[in-house]
Amino acid sequence: MGESKWYWAILDGWAMSIRSLKHIFREAESLLMAVGLPVAIMIMFVYVFGGAIQTGTDYVNYVVPGVIITCVGFGSSIIALSVTQDMVGGLFERFRTMPLLPSSLMVGHVFGGFVRNVIATTVAILVAFLIGFRPEAGWLEWLGVIGVLTLFMLSISWVFVVFGLLVKSVEAANAITFPMLFLPYLSSAFVPTETMPSWLHAFAENQPMTPLIETLRGLLLGTPIGHNHWLMIAWFGGLLIVSMIVATFLFKHRKSE
Amino acid sequence: MTEPVISVKNIKKNFGKKTVLDGLQFEVAKGSIFALLGENGAGKTTMVRILSTLIQADSGVATIGGYDTNRESASVKKLISLTGQYAAVDELLTGEENLLMMGRLNHLDRQTVKKRTAELLEQFDLKEAAKKRAQSYSGGMRRRLDIAISLIANPQVIFLDEPTTGLDPRSRKNMWNMIQRLAESGVTIFLTTQYLEEADQLADKIAVISRGKIVEEGTATELKRLVGEEKIEFTFADLPSCQKALDLLGGQIDVNEMSITITTESSPENIRQLLNMLYESSIHPASFIFRKPTLDDVFMEITSDHKKGAVVNG
Repeated sequence: MGESKWYWAILDGWAMSIRSLKHIFREAESLLMAVGLPVAIMIMFVYVFGGAIQTGTDYVNYVVPGVIITCVGFGSSIIALSVTQDMVGGLFERFRTMPLLPSSLMVGHVFGGFVRNVIATTVAILVAFLIGFRPEAGWLEWLGVIGVLTLFMLSISWVFVVFGLLVKSVEAANAITFPMLFLPYLSSAFVPTETMPSWLHAFAENQPMTPLIETLRGLLLGTPIGHNHWLMIAWFGGLLIVSMIVATFLFKHRKSE
Repeated sequence: MTEPVISVKNIKKNFGKKTVLDGLQFEVAKGSIFALLGENGAGKTTMVRILSTLIQADSGVATIGGYDTNRESASVKKLISLTGQYAAVDELLTGEENLLMMGRLNHLDRQTVKKRTAELLEQFDLKEAAKKRAQSYSGGMRRRLDIAISLIANPQVIFLDEPTTGLDPRSRKNMWNMIQRLAESGVTIFLTTQYLEEADQLADKIAVISRGKIVEEGTATELKRLVGEEKIEFTFADLPSCQKALDLLGGQIDVNEMSITITTESSPENIRQLLNMLYESSIHPASFIFRKPTLDDVFMEITSDHKKGAVVNG
């Protein structure tokens, strides 16, 4: 039985992923939002604020990792919406009365978010190259970048699966995606943290986004990484495991009343 | 009675301090239509949620096909399907895609999924809309798709939680026909409803639930017999007359309609006597009608407060 249980879990996860893929292209607005927003932010920072921000390097090179993080984070947070929609719409109710492994259902949502993110991130990086982004990374560093982004994407996705299961309406799910959009601003993503007031500086230095961005910057531009990559792995690896467990628990026990 | 497929013994459920189910007990025969009839908040949905393994009862035992809904929920899940109050369809997928996906999630093989999908689209009159997204469906179509989805894996027991709430009269009639056809195919149907007419039309057996208790159980005919064969209803111009008539003749009072309903024989002699009694007490009814009992009468009678305790258990 053990073997066939996993066999079905994978097939169920696949069936749900196919569904999420269809959703991506049928929900044109959220795809457009996921692609358009980071590009708009990048252009605004590079051309509008960029001239005034001193980072010691070419600003476009400084800001692109931050924009990618914003893009991925926001893209992952949209998962909360699709999860809440399923819950409010009664679909989860039906799934819970079926002989299914709950996690395979959420795998579908995470996979859908993943694909949407890959599309959005690729577009963002291409636009970055067009406006003068010149990283020094070799193929090994690029592999590292992909690994870092994948870990970040997965952990944020599962965190937002949890949020999606916790809120009671689609509007509320929409609202909780906003902090994710703004969290990168309170890190070294767009400006060096030394320029912030001391209390904010302390927060920015210690929130998970900063080691993530410093790792990314290190890989792309060759700036010193220090122990940031370990911090980053601890933060997001931990978040991933905890939120997967919490999500499975919530799915089993939450009553959508 | 043939072997029961659903058996519920002394089920209790509290939400916080509120008692929602207070010792429910009933059995549902295999292949029959069973209706749980009650007002909003009577506990119908809670019972369905317990039977469909979504929540656990605080005490008592419920079994489906011999499996405990709590301890053997995995086996129960293979026998049942639930159609909740809100159509659980994927709006962005087409009707056909919804069925295909659910077939796959029910672990049917590819050929069977295709075959069942085609059958169900045909059976539920959704063939033309098969390639359209569910978000463009009307309420009735959505409900049909919802039920079609719940049938894809050939469940033995189907739970329909208020299947016609929010449907227009025509769609409701269609739904009734569909439920009857389903029952003919041999599945057991457990439905909840707040419409007495619906229970009357469909159910082989009806249990009336009020405040978490089954207050009456039987066939529609049995329930109607409980409140007598025929009824006479007097309507008055004002409430005091209505109250006086109630004191004099007994029966059920409807304060809003300013009427009383009495169970009586339909002989002319009987009516003459009643009218004379009213006349002698100077109570003048505005109108009266004579009618066969409906399930509404049953419902009013057994759920009304002052009649409580006088319920005969058949």
